[in-house]
Amino acid sequence: MSQYVFFYRGWSAPASPADMQKQVEKWSAWFKELTASGHLADRGYPLERSGKVVAGQSKSVTDGPFAETKDFIGGYSIVDAPDIAHAVELAKGCPNFEMGGSVEVRPLLTLAPR
Amino acid sequence: MSDVDALVGDLFRHEAGKMVSILVRLFGTERLALAEDVVQDVLCRALEVWKFRGVPDNPSAWIVAAAKNRVIDTLRREKKAKAYVHTVIAEDDGAVDALFQPEAIRDDQLRMMYSCCHPKLKEDVQVALVLHILCGFTTAEIAQAFLTGHAAIEKRILRGKTALAASKHLLDLHSDDVAARLPAVQRALYLLFNEGYHGANATTAVRAELCREAIYLVELLLEHPRARTGPTYGLAALMCLHAARLPARTDDAGHFVPMEQQDRTKWDPALVVKGHFYLGQSAQGWELADYQIEAAIASEHVRAPSADETDWEAIVALYDRLYALRPSAIVALNRAIALGHHAGAKRGLKEVLGITDGERLESYPFYWATRGEFAARCGKTAEALEAFRKARKRARNPFERDHYAARIAALAP
Repeated sequence: MSQYVFFYRGWSAPASPADMQKQVEKWSAWFKELTASGHLADRGYPLERSGKVVAGQSKSVTDGPFAETKDFIGGYSIVDAPDIAHAVELAKGCPNFEMGGSVEVRPLLTLAPR
Repeated sequence: MSDVDALVGDLFRHEAGKMVSILVRLFGTERLALAEDVVQDVLCRALEVWKFRGVPDNPSAWIVAAAKNRVIDTLRREKKAKAYVHTVIAEDDGAVDALFQPEAIRDDQLRMMYSCCHPKLKEDVQVALVLHILCGFTTAEIAQAFLTGHAAIEKRILRGKTALAASKHLLDLHSDDVAARLPAVQRALYLLFNEGYHGANATTAVRAELCREAIYLVELLLEHPRARTGPTYGLAALMCLHAARLPARTDDAGHFVPMEQQDRTKWDPALVVKGHFYLGQSAQGWELADYQIEAAIASEHVRAPSADETDWEAIVALYDRLYALRPSAIVALNRAIALGHHAGAKRGLKEVLGITDGERLESYPFYWATRGEFAARCGKTAEALEAFRKARKRARNPFERDHYAARIAALAP
């Protein structure tokens, strides 16, 4: 079993309070399903849309990152899956697509030699 | 943290209405857009956090706390924002805290409700505005629910917001205007309920939602001591007693089922009990409005074990009283139907044919359906068929059209 980070990318404002409620319901249902099937290692967290970026030798601090809305990382979770194909299948159930977003599936590298 | 089950029905929409009311009270009616932006932000934050971390045990308190923090932040960070604030509040959190106390929130919702029913505004504007601001419906959602064009609803809401902005402050609950405006508020809620119960959109879910909103608002109104009058209780009673029958009004295929044929075990017992409680309360005071009588009629229906065992005589008498208060062809038609049940189809048909005000009534499908029903019962099949064909032609939605078509098919030789 390996672990995968799901990065939820993209953001668009829901059209109405009723839509927001539907979104919450869908995400809750999805996490519930992942938990029930034993795939959810960590629900993770949502992320503020921007913070600070510390960069370069001079360690300059700027506001940001200001990605395009479709590239925003809105949050992450950690999922257990036997292989990446399986992890991708799990990602396909994510409600993020309905809002025009995407899910980036990245295997965690571990100490075990491959 | 609990799961999504903690999210009761319309939480986001209703919280939006509460928060907008508080913020408008704080920033003034001309800054409704600012209030709406802040609320949108707060709700988006709730959405993001709850998606991942689950819904808190008290989601409403979470939103209130988040909105409060946003207000404190805004006041501290933006000097300009302070100039907006109508109510004089000190910079300390205590003053802001007071704004977000449950009673204060409720009062602000009530003030908003009265303010939306400004006498200068047309009734359809008032209804759209109340739904938009207090119930968190977007323009698109209202247009969809009412089967009205998007542009028309947008215009109504804009007109409403402009009038609201011109009044600067929300109506003070202690002012004399409150009593004067109460009938307008009742009327707007009554229209909203009717839009749900009889309106153009025949989708069961939409009907139920609009009726639920009307009940939510009338119960909010009942929390205001000065609004707790006989007519307001009557209005609440009639909404509950009618809404109780909604689950039986359509069959599994979504077809309309007339009351006589409804499965009465499907009527919502909780709403029946609540409706009767309100009906009992509505007898207080001397004020009698048509709402109490309509509720009493609805009560006769829900108390009857079957259509045949309905006390039609009592219903006819109630319609007589209703007609005295509100003489309209529709009331006369409903009275004729009750009379037909009480004294036979022949008598009912004679009564229906005797109603003057033909022109308006003739565009009303239910008028023709009534004539058709009585004629059929009198054995006048040809007359009944003709009447049902006219009803079908005037049907306002597929729901009605299908029902009349089925009657025609059943009668056709």
